[in-house]
Amino acid sequence: MSTAIKSLARHQHWLALLVVGVVLLLVPFVAALGGQAWVRIANFAILYVFLALGLNIVVGYAGLLDLGYVAFYAVGAYTYALLASPHFAIHLPFWVILPLGAGLACVFGVLLGAPTLKLRGDYLAIVTLGFGEIIRIFMNNLNAPVNITNGAQGITLIDPIRIGGFSLSQSSTFLGVTLSGPQKYYFLLVGLAILVIVINIRLQDSRIGRAWQAIREDEVAAKACGINTRNIKLLAFAMGASFGGIAGGVFSAMQGFVSPESFSLMESITILAMVVLGGMGHIPGVILGAVLLTGLPEALRYGIEPLQKMVFGRLLIDPESLRMLVFGLALVLVMRFRPAGLWPSPQRRRELSESTD
Amino acid sequence: MLEVNGLRVSYGGIQAVRGISFHVDEGEMVALIGANGAGKSSTLRALARLVNPVGGNVRYRGKELLSLPAHQLVAEGIALVPEGRGIFPRMTTSENLRMGAFSRNDKQAVERDLEHVFSLFPRLAERAQQVAGTLSGGEQQMLAIGRALMSQPKLMLLDEPSMGLAPIMVQKIFEVIRTVASQGMTILLIEQNAKLALEVSQRGYVMESGTISLTEESAKLLADPKVRAAYLGE
Repeated sequence: MSTAIKSLARHQHWLALLVVGVVLLLVPFVAALGGQAWVRIANFAILYVFLALGLNIVVGYAGLLDLGYVAFYAVGAYTYALLASPHFAIHLPFWVILPLGAGLACVFGVLLGAPTLKLRGDYLAIVTLGFGEIIRIFMNNLNAPVNITNGAQGITLIDPIRIGGFSLSQSSTFLGVTLSGPQKYYFLLVGLAILVIVINIRLQDSRIGRAWQAIREDEVAAKACGINTRNIKLLAFAMGASFGGIAGGVFSAMQGFVSPESFSLMESITILAMVVLGGMGHIPGVILGAVLLTGLPEALRYGIEPLQKMVFGRLLIDPESLRMLVFGLALVLVMRFRPAGLWPSPQRRRELSESTD
Repeated sequence: MLEVNGLRVSYGGIQAVRGISFHVDEGEMVALIGANGAGKSSTLRALARLVNPVGGNVRYRGKELLSLPAHQLVAEGIALVPEGRGIFPRMTTSENLRMGAFSRNDKQAVERDLEHVFSLFPRLAERAQQVAGTLSGGEQQMLAIGRALMSQPKLMLLDEPSMGLAPIMVQKIFEVIRTVASQGMTILLIEQNAKLALEVSQRGYVMESGTISLTEESAKLLADPKVRAAYLGE
């Protein structure tokens, strides 16, 4: 009896994975019905899933509040842009630059981590915030006396990801199915997202994962248990940063253009909001948070204007400001009624409900 | 086993520990007592490598302890039971205990030690799957001691185990400390509750504004009129 239930449960597990797989496969085609813009939105949602899961390692697992995560995204993006564009007339292949960007971001992660090892909570948040801004301001001003980043104008005509003659930016036909550029990037991004999900799952149940949890909860006790807190914290920064670097590289290739504007403090806060709103340290929650926070503003963007015209016959409020208002309100409501996030880990939910007794 | 020579700890310009020397022999329980701010905890924090002393040296089983980083002490057989318990509040009781064995990889022996800790603290066995943050103060203190035992220490550093506990719980905790000591553990006990500490230990050191003012067998310290007047409220 119990074995029958177990095998059923196992089947359900596979069935759920199959459903997710089919849905993931269909998304770019369904989205394309509404225009390629929707495919691009789906791409960004997955890119943010990737970024949020990278940040989840730092914030969710190791408990280090990082408000400058976008700096690593920027490092990856600019690494790709500088080494695959007419700007320096260097055109290296993506399989060289993506790992390079990840490695460079990793170095920056350690550079940020090393001096902040003794900081935590708010103090760490302020330093990381400053770090994020420093990187952005550097990108903005490194155009004189030697023009490295082309300043605020950014870098254009960045090479797409290309394997031999096969470019991800142009549409092509396989087996009678035509895939547009964004659709091809979609599948690349899904692959990367699956990779980061697997790494997150493996980390969670590993010795390193437990060491992170111990540091998050009590650093002195963690040391007393024989955990090398310095190295384990640096590892969290380095790993999180590497994922940021990869995401940045893909972003560069996909957009064909980068400028410092894409790496503002708001971006860091949005990624952090995805982690917190979804459910810190819980992988499905973080994924949900990332998809919602990317999809919701876009849905509002396309929904608010027609809605106002329909109801009032004209535009009463600027859609952009109303969009941010609704978005902010949604964040406040979620945090008020679901403080552990929309889809928290069972452990965190248990603890929050018990502490209110 | 542990020999401290001229240990000095400062925070900024303030000297918390002004060159103290003491020793703990194998198998003995030594109490370091004194009023609030006498430098007891600073001494222990220095021994646990949580602060860097400005002077002195510490020999532990023939090794210079002060050259080791904090996380390597466990491997050397030194376990700290931190002040204010320092458990992992979101882990369950048994997860907390297993964290104590983090640097060990002898799985079967870890399971045996887990059973041993549960037999020592039946209360922890009852609460094995409960989140540690929801345990009572006394249970958390038991957990902290149990976690330290999980690393198979040779020397235990206990920082104020009675702090913030109900009197009945304090009695229970000290019974356990006595049991652990009777099984051959070497213990350095830092305690404000001088009476209890001197009752369970063999020797005692009295700390006063960063120096050791008195050292004697615990029973004699308990009978000393000066100690009775200053620390036992008589």
